[in-house]
Amino acid sequence: MDLGLIAQYLANGIMLGTMYALVAVGFTLFFGVLDVIKFSHGDVLMLGTFTGFTVWLGLEAIGVTNPWLQLGGILLVSLGGTALIGAAIAKWVVLPLKKAPGLNILLITLMLGTAIRECVRLFYPNGSNPKAFPALLPSASVDLGSFALRADSVILVVAGLGLIAALNLVINRTRLGLAIRAVAQDEETARIMGINYTLVVLATFAIGSGVAAFAGVMNGLYYNEINFGMGLLLGLIGFSAAIIGGLGNLYGAILGGFLFAGLQVIGTALLPFASAYKDVFAFAAVIAIMAWKPTGLIPERTSDRV
Amino acid sequence: MKHNLSTISRRVALAGAVSALSILAASAQAQDTVHVGFVGPLTGGVSSMGVGGRNSAELAVKLRNADPDAKYHYELDALDDECKPNVGVQVATKLATDRDVVGAVTHYCSAVAMGTVDVYHRFNLPITVWGAVLPDITYGNDYAEVTRVNGTMINQNETAAKFMTDQGYKTWAVIHDTTDYGKGHNTYFSKFLAEDGGEILGTFGVTSDQQDFTAELTQIKQLNPDVVYYAGLTPGGVRVRQQMDKLGIDAVFQGVSGIKSDAYFDGLGGDLAEGTIAFLEGAPAEKLPGGEYFLSEYQKAGYDSPPEAYGPFAFAAMNLLLDAVEEVGPDRKAITGYMSKVAEHESITGPITFDEHGQNTVALITTYVAQDGQWVVWDDSEYASGKRKLPGP
Repeated sequence: MDLGLIAQYLANGIMLGTMYALVAVGFTLFFGVLDVIKFSHGDVLMLGTFTGFTVWLGLEAIGVTNPWLQLGGILLVSLGGTALIGAAIAKWVVLPLKKAPGLNILLITLMLGTAIRECVRLFYPNGSNPKAFPALLPSASVDLGSFALRADSVILVVAGLGLIAALNLVINRTRLGLAIRAVAQDEETARIMGINYTLVVLATFAIGSGVAAFAGVMNGLYYNEINFGMGLLLGLIGFSAAIIGGLGNLYGAILGGFLFAGLQVIGTALLPFASAYKDVFAFAAVIAIMAWKPTGLIPERTSDRV
Repeated sequence: MKHNLSTISRRVALAGAVSALSILAASAQAQDTVHVGFVGPLTGGVSSMGVGGRNSAELAVKLRNADPDAKYHYELDALDDECKPNVGVQVATKLATDRDVVGAVTHYCSAVAMGTVDVYHRFNLPITVWGAVLPDITYGNDYAEVTRVNGTMINQNETAAKFMTDQGYKTWAVIHDTTDYGKGHNTYFSKFLAEDGGEILGTFGVTSDQQDFTAELTQIKQLNPDVVYYAGLTPGGVRVRQQMDKLGIDAVFQGVSGIKSDAYFDGLGGDLAEGTIAFLEGAPAEKLPGGEYFLSEYQKAGYDSPPEAYGPFAFAAMNLLLDAVEEVGPDRKAITGYMSKVAEHESITGPITFDEHGQNTVALITTYVAQDGQWVVWDDSEYASGKRKLPGP
């Protein structure tokens, strides 16, 4: 196997890993502050992507054709809108059920996700058909032997990694991040210290959902195609990534995302049997990792959880 | 008491006479209504094909209803199988258990047809397949109820392998989805290609809704084939072609009948689609014996979406069913009997002759190339005339 080919696999893996990590980060944030698993995450992501797509259609209709302006508009509305939706779900669905068994929230968000998915399918114009998402980034490419490096892929990965880094800064370096971490560690003490608990939870859900919307738009820009079911597998993979990384730990989610992408790429590239089984391989590996480290590779650093 | 009884019997007799009279009057004025079915993917990734087929079948019904010589009035029950076998079996059962329905024109997706033929057989509903190309739909059983007007992927891949090797291509990479449709194409193409001296460097099975093909394509890039052959439907074809470009693979992209749709260009845009090769049973509507008539009627009916590749077959299949009803009456068993004897039956796609499996024996396959955002018959294209060139072997 020559170097260019390895580089190509690496590039594919990094692209997928960035997307998965962005989704996994949401799961881990929600679990951190509220100890809940929000299964509608993937479908909120899809909703955010469709919001972005609608913005693009709108901008085209009113004659804004500059791709950078369009991209700015898409990201602004999609991320902002999805953040609001995430906060709304937290306020009206998750928080009222906080005292209920965790299984209830899991089930209710699962149903909510299905409802969102079906609504887009039924009520979005021609919603059951795939949509051609526009290619807004420059598509210039450099050919290095058997490795084609494309400008749009590079921009997407850099932006995705940048967002993860920024999120890391927010969590670890800002007052909001401090509050989120405080709530994650001990809700009651955080309340006693004067932290506005509800606000912190809403902010966390807004951030997590906004990041997922970014992953969705990134997905659209990369594959140039979106459909109502795109959140299903992405959500499942993001959730698995968060679990193997260690639910509740930001670095764990990132590690998990890249690990899962790595497993998929290895599954296709190195295994002798047909590539149709790459998901079987990747998910089987997840099961093995969970058996080996039930709390994830980087477990959350709290003592009160078993 | 006696008086009462006789009054009642007199009233009954009177009522009977009146209703008999009214039935006589009705049959003199209006025809009986006969229900016929259509099943295809009306939503989902390949809905453009399904809607085109539905419109075409509906057109056949409309034209027949407008025909003063028709013995019956026809009503079409169009159902959506979403190109999913589980949904297909549900709607097939719904159709087959509806005793008003005497026959149907069904399925574009092979995987769906494979699942539903048993249902039709169990309920004795005669159906004619209008689009699905998997050979086993007719050859895998001996159900008298199941017939098919379009050719199969056997004919299609025989032509495809011969055409491509004649162009001088020597090496292939095959990506096929793991449905019956994709696997069937893979089997027959590999078989005929080996006979024609082509070599397959690698075969990759993928799930039909897979989004990311970069891992497979990276391997293909290393194999460096002359041609990438994709056996699947339009959405997957669009993704593979798009990601080939992302990875800088400049091999010829060869598809199967499943990607020969206008939606292929909607998903890709003209530039990337340019030079894609696809094969299809029959010939373009305008080149069919009754094509001009069909297209002008379709235009007149004012549908807002095109008939797509299999529209003429749906039209021909529906017409055949209506002919059967006219001939033997609205009875499932009689129609099944009629279908078993169809030979040299005139249709817009050419004469229909069913073999002992109910398979139409046409072997007419047409090669298409994507040129300037539309599918052009190879012989009419600028590629055949030498003005444009596909990537060299």
